Amino acid sequence: MPTVSVKRDLLFRALGRTYTDEEFDELCFEFGLELDEITSEKEIISKEQGNEKAHGASDVVLYKIDVPANRYDLLCLEGLVRGLQVFKERIKTPMYKRVMPKGEVQKLIITEETAKIRPYAVAAVLRNIKFTKDRYDSFIELQEKLHQNICRKRALVAIGTHDLDTLSGPFTYTAKKPSDIKFKPLNKSKEYTACELMNIYKTDNQLKHYLHIIENKPLYPVIYDSNGVVLSMPPIINGNHSKITVNTKNVFIECTGTDFTKAKIVLDVIVTMFSEYCENQFTVEAAEVVFPNGKLHTFPELAYRKEMVRADLINKKVGIRETPENLAKLLTRMCLKSEVIGDGNQIEVEIPPTRADIIHACDIIEDAAIAYGYNNIQMTLPKTYTIANQFPLNKLTELLRQDMAAAGFTEALTFALCSQEDIADKLGMDISATKAVHISNPKTAEFQVARTTLLPGLLKTLAANRKMPLPLKLFEISDIVIKDSSRGLLRIFSEDVGARNYRHLCAVYYNKNPGFEIIHGLLDRIMQLLDVPPGEKKGGYAIKASEGPVFFPGRCAEIFARGQSIGKLGVLHPDVITKFELTMPCSCVEINIEPFL
Amino acid sequence: MADGPVAEVLLRRLEAADGGLDSAELATELGVEHQSVVGAVKSLQALGQIIETELRSTKRWELTTEGEEIAQEGSHEARVFRSIPPEGLPQSELMRLPSGKVGFSKAMSNKWIRVDKSAADGPRVFRVVDSVEDEVQRRLQLVRGGQAEKLGEKERSELRKRKLLTEVGSWRDRPFKPYNFSAHGVLPDSGHLHPLLKVRSQFRQIFLEMGFTEMPTDNYIESSFWNFDALFQPQQHPARDQHDTFFLRDPAQAQQLPMDYVHRVKRTHSQGGYGSQGYKYNWKLDEARKNLLRTHTTAASARALYRLAQKKPFTPAKYFSIDRVFRNETLDATHLAEFHQIEGVVADHGLTLGHLMGVLREFFTKLGITQLRFKPAYNPYTEPSMEIFSYHQGLKKWVEVGNSGIFRPEMLLPMGLPENVSVIAWGLSLERPTMIKYGINNIRELVGHKVNLQMVYDSPLCRLDAERGPPSTQEAA
Repeated sequence: MPTVSVKRDLLFRALGRTYTDEEFDELCFEFGLELDEITSEKEIISKEQGNEKAHGASDVVLYKIDVPANRYDLLCLEGLVRGLQVFKERIKTPMYKRVMPKGEVQKLIITEETAKIRPYAVAAVLRNIKFTKDRYDSFIELQEKLHQNICRKRALVAIGTHDLDTLSGPFTYTAKKPSDIKFKPLNKSKEYTACELMNIYKTDNQLKHYLHIIENKPLYPVIYDSNGVVLSMPPIINGNHSKITVNTKNVFIECTGTDFTKAKIVLDVIVTMFSEYCENQFTVEAAEVVFPNGKLHTFPELAYRKEMVRADLINKKVGIRETPENLAKLLTRMCLKSEVIGDGNQIEVEIPPTRADIIHACDIIEDAAIAYGYNNIQMTLPKTYTIANQFPLNKLTELLRQDMAAAGFTEALTFALCSQEDIADKLGMDISATKAVHISNPKTAEFQVARTTLLPGLLKTLAANRKMPLPLKLFEISDIVIKDSSRGLLRIFSEDVGARNYRHLCAVYYNKNPGFEIIHGLLDRIMQLLDVPPGEKKGGYAIKASEGPVFFPGRCAEIFARGQSIGKLGVLHPDVITKFELTMPCSCVEINIEPFL
Repeated sequence: MADGPVAEVLLRRLEAADGGLDSAELATELGVEHQSVVGAVKSLQALGQIIETELRSTKRWELTTEGEEIAQEGSHEARVFRSIPPEGLPQSELMRLPSGKVGFSKAMSNKWIRVDKSAADGPRVFRVVDSVEDEVQRRLQLVRGGQAEKLGEKERSELRKRKLLTEVGSWRDRPFKPYNFSAHGVLPDSGHLHPLLKVRSQFRQIFLEMGFTEMPTDNYIESSFWNFDALFQPQQHPARDQHDTFFLRDPAQAQQLPMDYVHRVKRTHSQGGYGSQGYKYNWKLDEARKNLLRTHTTAASARALYRLAQKKPFTPAKYFSIDRVFRNETLDATHLAEFHQIEGVVADHGLTLGHLMGVLREFFTKLGITQLRFKPAYNPYTEPSMEIFSYHQGLKKWVEVGNSGIFRPEMLLPMGLPENVSVIAWGLSLERPTMIKYGINNIRELVGHKVNLQMVYDSPLCRLDAERGPPSTQEAA
């Protein structure tokens, strides 16, 4: 969830009144925002870098407000204020207008070289805008918020804003070899080639995160004006030449990207938010973009869409009984201008360009519910009559857990993910023999594979609790995962992914003596609980001498029940004990309980 | 601590003594109660390997009042014998003597006397022998003389049965050091269930009480399709990032997907449909095939709802699940790479937001949480969505306890569910309420191998609706 940081006093001035922190928190809650933190620049710096660094920093009160991830129109002070003022019916939602300039329209021509790297571009002009320091900061901050969220860290869309008066159109969006791109980037005093820049930015804490987007491409995207001035090299950096300042009057905005829909949304959000400060409020000057196929598009789209929703549908989905007129009023408070039309039950809802999140009637219904107030909705119980059933495997597990504890064993809860070492090397096995599933992007070795046995987790639990009095008797009943590409035999799940879970029961006995008889006795008890008689006859269970790297030679047996092998028990090999940082003998049993369903 | 003087004297004496000391003798010698010597011994023992002790029991015997009388006067049978003159005595008269009843039968069985039933004036008792040895009297006299050990065990026990002897030091009448009732008892040896799983059992119980059926969730490995695409979560969604989700290298791809359904999902994402604008992007099958460790149990709910949609005609359903999910997250005191998710789902005709809130109220009441309020929120697959907050008495503020909503039509309709069927759902983590319940601040102490077993041993029953622990231990995770 994105967090927007706004100056409290600036916010209250824009809202035309002040609130106590509690009142504002309450308002946020009602509207679906969250007043996450009340702080100041000074406080933030002192928390992050210590009191000394914070000396002299601003102590203007900041509100950090959490905004729903799909509400790009609330990512800046301007949008928040507009949303809340409309919600409180203090202003009407503005109509955003696109106009053609009296003179020549700004043009951005896309060349076909961009196709392989970053094929889309959109543009618009904010004419006669009046910045102040705060407005300017907000403008920059909104771009950053958009970059981090809908733009997916500039991978899908990157925004460039320029002082139009320093440039001369038409503009060309093309892609060139990095060595052929040379310009003075933002806030640098000399020119660099793109190759040099990529090197320089490797150590830039902010920009280094975006380099990977184009780094290994043969051509880099770049935008020029008609004089060959570089506007930007998206998605990395703008040129210094067209840098905007507080005094900039006319702003040229370009958004390039790999997702056309999102590029259009981003442009719409920027211009709808900041056209507020244009001479003609909420009016945006169009720009034309010529695509490689020669087609000409005019941006920003600023499209308004009409949706019809039946009033009774809203009432039925929310569980309220409001008149169509009231519902239309509620929706209008959410910046969705609505009126009752037709048979008196139809509501026509106008979706403004700021509300790209409205893609279905259910989104409109939600807004009606928010404006009505979630906490004003009458709670009722559905009449849905159903008979409950337990999942048989979990039912068996629940029953067995109780009796394992009654048998004196304590339940552990260990991780399903672990290192290759845990399930292979430490157990004297080769990883290829484990049939484990492998994770492709683990941040640490702890998450390399899904466990194929519960034993390592229990041994690690023992190791972490060596200070506890002996004997330690632990068990766990949980799932392990095995790669399984055989089809047909498999159950409803897992058939498709090539791996499946098995529910295992594992128990360990750790003491000064190996206690095989105790683990063996536990197995006998488990079989008694499962109503499996001893003996090899059909339906019974038996153990047969076996071997394996996990166990001490001659102290291992395989367990057969109902005609199949279900696991092993035995005394652990000293190597295994040492590798798990244990010092005493240990015996264990591990079985698959699924055959007993 | 070793209580002062006695312990000290004891140690001194022990040092000088050869072959140990008798506590009883020492007590007599020191003129203190035996109990204080025992106390000193116990406290020295508690210090570790300082003294060795051996438990000895000595028994002393003394005569009962009756035994005393017999030692003096002779046994009842001897007295009976002596009271019979040579010409015999009528039995009825004999029975009236003080020792008559007891003495008669004993003397008979000793064959000291006989009864002549044919006598003219009723049965008459005669001596059989001229004189008798009163063995009982002799033995009791031995005991009185402090020579009880000269008697055999069998003889003593015979006398005891006749209530002529008692064991001195029989604990019935002895004074004892009072119990310290503020001390702890000895806990029984037992196994213990894990606190998190005890809470899991209670949540299962609550769902079952509410008529919810458990969904199968025993598949940690999921395809991106079921984990994301089926839920109408677009392919560029941040949750699908390598930084948030564990993807699989092997097996990297799901081989079988229900292709008819996949096509409907693809169309809904890329072009819209079912009343939706869609996300308008190029949906890729390869992206959907990518295997991962499921990031939420909603993937299993999606499978369950898809199966439900295949059943015609539609039957209402209530489902729940509690199982592990995995996130490739940065770990801290409250976040692990795997945790348990609790999820409830109701599918029926005409369900409303008010119904969702009503079900949540009942559910949370069973958890002992009665003050609820709802905040608008955003989830990719529910609309409307609401976060559930409860008032936390300890923190004196509203804290989030769960998330909920109505599944989007773009998720349900491609599955084949009827249009007027709504599906309400909610979820919460199992770890958070458990940490609050048991006052645990670091999740690693609870989940995983670094668990504190002592905490597991000591954890109380899980009664979610019972009063919570002291406010000081409560903390929002």
